[in-house]
Amino acid sequence: MSEREIQAPPPPEAPEEPAPSMAARFALYQRAGGVITPLLTAILAFFVGGLVVLVTTGKNPIETYKAIFDGTGLNWFFPWVRGVERDLAAEDLQQTLLIMSTLILVGIAVAFAFRCGLFNIGGQGQYIAGMIAGVQVGIWMPDLPHVPHMVLASAAGALAGAIWGGIAGILKATVGAHEVISTIMLNWTALWIASYLVGFNGPLQDPNQVFVPVTEAVSASAKLNVWWGDPQLQGLHIGFFVAIAALIVFWVVLNRTTLGYEVRAVGFNAEAARYGGIGVGRNYFLAMAISGAFAGLAGSVDILGWLFRVDLTSVQVSSQIAFIGIAIALLGRNTPVGIFFAALLFGALLNGTSTRNLDPEVFQPELASNLTLIIQGLVVLFVGADLLILYLWRARLKLRRARHPEAVAQE
Amino acid sequence: MTTRVESVLANGRLRIPPARLAGIAAIGLGLLAFWLALPPSTTRSELVPIVIGGLGIAAGLVSWRAGETRLGWTGVCIALLGIFGGLLASQAAVENLKVVITWSAVIAATLRFATPLIFAAIGGLFSERSGVVNIGLEGMMLMGAFFGVYGGDKTDSWVLGLLIGMLAGAALAFVHAIFSIHLRADQIVSGTAINFLALGITGYMYIDSYGQEGTGDLPQVPNIDLNWLKRVPPDDLGAFLEKSIGHLNLMVWLALVTVVVAWIVIFKTAAGLRIRAVGEHPRAADTVGISVYWTRYAAVTISGALAAMGGVYLSLGFVHSFTENMTAGRGFIALAALIFGRWRPFGVLSAALLFGFASAIAPRLQNVESWATYGTLFQAIPYVLTLIAVAGVIGRSIPPAAIGRPYEKQ
Repeated sequence: MSEREIQAPPPPEAPEEPAPSMAARFALYQRAGGVITPLLTAILAFFVGGLVVLVTTGKNPIETYKAIFDGTGLNWFFPWVRGVERDLAAEDLQQTLLIMSTLILVGIAVAFAFRCGLFNIGGQGQYIAGMIAGVQVGIWMPDLPHVPHMVLASAAGALAGAIWGGIAGILKATVGAHEVISTIMLNWTALWIASYLVGFNGPLQDPNQVFVPVTEAVSASAKLNVWWGDPQLQGLHIGFFVAIAALIVFWVVLNRTTLGYEVRAVGFNAEAARYGGIGVGRNYFLAMAISGAFAGLAGSVDILGWLFRVDLTSVQVSSQIAFIGIAIALLGRNTPVGIFFAALLFGALLNGTSTRNLDPEVFQPELASNLTLIIQGLVVLFVGADLLILYLWRARLKLRRARHPEAVAQE
Repeated sequence: MTTRVESVLANGRLRIPPARLAGIAAIGLGLLAFWLALPPSTTRSELVPIVIGGLGIAAGLVSWRAGETRLGWTGVCIALLGIFGGLLASQAAVENLKVVITWSAVIAATLRFATPLIFAAIGGLFSERSGVVNIGLEGMMLMGAFFGVYGGDKTDSWVLGLLIGMLAGAALAFVHAIFSIHLRADQIVSGTAINFLALGITGYMYIDSYGQEGTGDLPQVPNIDLNWLKRVPPDDLGAFLEKSIGHLNLMVWLALVTVVVAWIVIFKTAAGLRIRAVGEHPRAADTVGISVYWTRYAAVTISGALAAMGGVYLSLGFVHSFTENMTAGRGFIALAALIFGRWRPFGVLSAALLFGFASAIAPRLQNVESWATYGTLFQAIPYVLTLIAVAGVIGRSIPPAAIGRPYEKQ
């Protein structure tokens, strides 16, 4: 049932033309800017970030960015980087891609819901649910063969995430509770439940380490294989391919299935979709559950890939990871390719500004990680302001109409 | 529908429909089931919470059958929670409970925890009543928390610190206003960006100006000592009053005043009427000559300043220092309190007090021996309550009609 049906007394006058829904605006936005606008947005954000560096510390922003870039390991792709430097770059790049895999998945979690006109802020809760389920199934059944155990544990994470996201979906579909509010509340609920589970005397706490709030490690059979780098030194695991596969699944489900068609139809205009016989509530639920599954998968892949245990810190850090997902979905404009590159950008930023990789002589890593947050905020702020794009789009339409009137009419 | 017909048939004799009455009774019984197991009555029998809670469940179901779906289920949920809490409490040793739960201390703590929520939620009330969703409350609080400390440290005066903090919050709110009013960005996206920005800006400046050492000595917002309360007869009551509200921070009282002022401004002045008109039907407001843009800018900026007061209270009034991300989601609880309180000042106050109570009692319950294991679980209570409230509050909270929609001049 929609919100409008429940609100009993209709306003005496018909409201003015309803504002286009968020998703409709994004669809417009999507057609309007091509790849240019996100690029401009990112460049603008980095430019402002550079100004901040210059003004507050008087350091050369280009050198700072260069140092951050070197920390990301992306210089591995340059053929002139050789020898020890190349080995170092390879290690850094593994870390960047490791973070990127997670970010792709949480980015999809936000993007999928966006395509249904829903704003999934609940990535954090869904990610936590995925971590907890993943670690639990990873610890259980140590005798299971490698591949089924791995798959089962990852899938458990996705399922837990789907349930956690699905709660918000059901609330939206049945009583019209706004998904932003309910997902925020679910985030904090998940955070505290997880803190209880892994915390002192919690049911999942490792009985051999009574003074550390951490779970047992997952059994070896559930760990994801490392395909690049040293497994002892946190090499890159196959979760990276899981993330790439998820991007493909995301595209196929949205563009080549009935479900995706319905989800997009609801996202464009829920009323029109209802009129066309599409169950709006059902799609709200499914979209949130599927979104949650991606975020949950991110959680379980992180656990099975490189964390192996859930501790209090990883529960708390989850909010940062999930919120970057929002920036990624917005910057990547909810398309698979866009999400890939946006995740690469933010993964690189996170890894490049980490205490391990950034030379404190050049720039203080603690400052740099906050700089990342500022850049992230600016990106979201600028991407959200699609009015500029709207003007551009209209100007372009007018221009085209002046040149080829019949071509525009056919659109 | 039937309930409405019934109440009309009752012809004013019975103003509350019986179905609703049953639902309210269910909620009351649920709370009673829990309360009876706590001091001062501390019932030890497990039967009491079960029986009373069971009655609550029954009342909730009756209410549900009679058509009050939401209220009925809310009642059932609360009654279940009451049984659960009551059973746990009846397991605990009485002496232990009495030590842990001193009601005067709980009241003081409730007010302390509620204060930042009240400021931020009243701020959100201004913004949302004017039709601009403000999910950036968290960020604006954080700005207040940091710049209150920063300003207070530089000027060595908490008054100036408070003002500088409010100014910083208002400035960030102004950015939100530009993007959501003139640039017509999606207000939720813009608010999310505001939260990121605040986190980045305050974290950056904190590290830049204080480093890892922390903030050191800061001017503090003074406490208000009401020692004369002790002399209120009878003695017990006097001592209780003095202990519970006798030594509260100045800003706690300021928060309560803010609620009253907000109520007067919103419902009793021309400015408030304008804010509400702009939030309900901007076109109509525009037609009679109210500037929609100007009103919204003013409302959003005020909301930033108020939210920042909540932040200043946290840093200068409560913990006397600043740490990165110290608001820790309070802005989001304030948002929940705003919805829970149905966008009304006194509703917001009650919601904030309820959440404050939950925050105050949660760490105390952890100290009860047999509950220590469940410790952190209690911290989730405010959020679960909100979730239940959003799903099925007593009546439905209906937001201002034009909320979240950018206005386009014709």
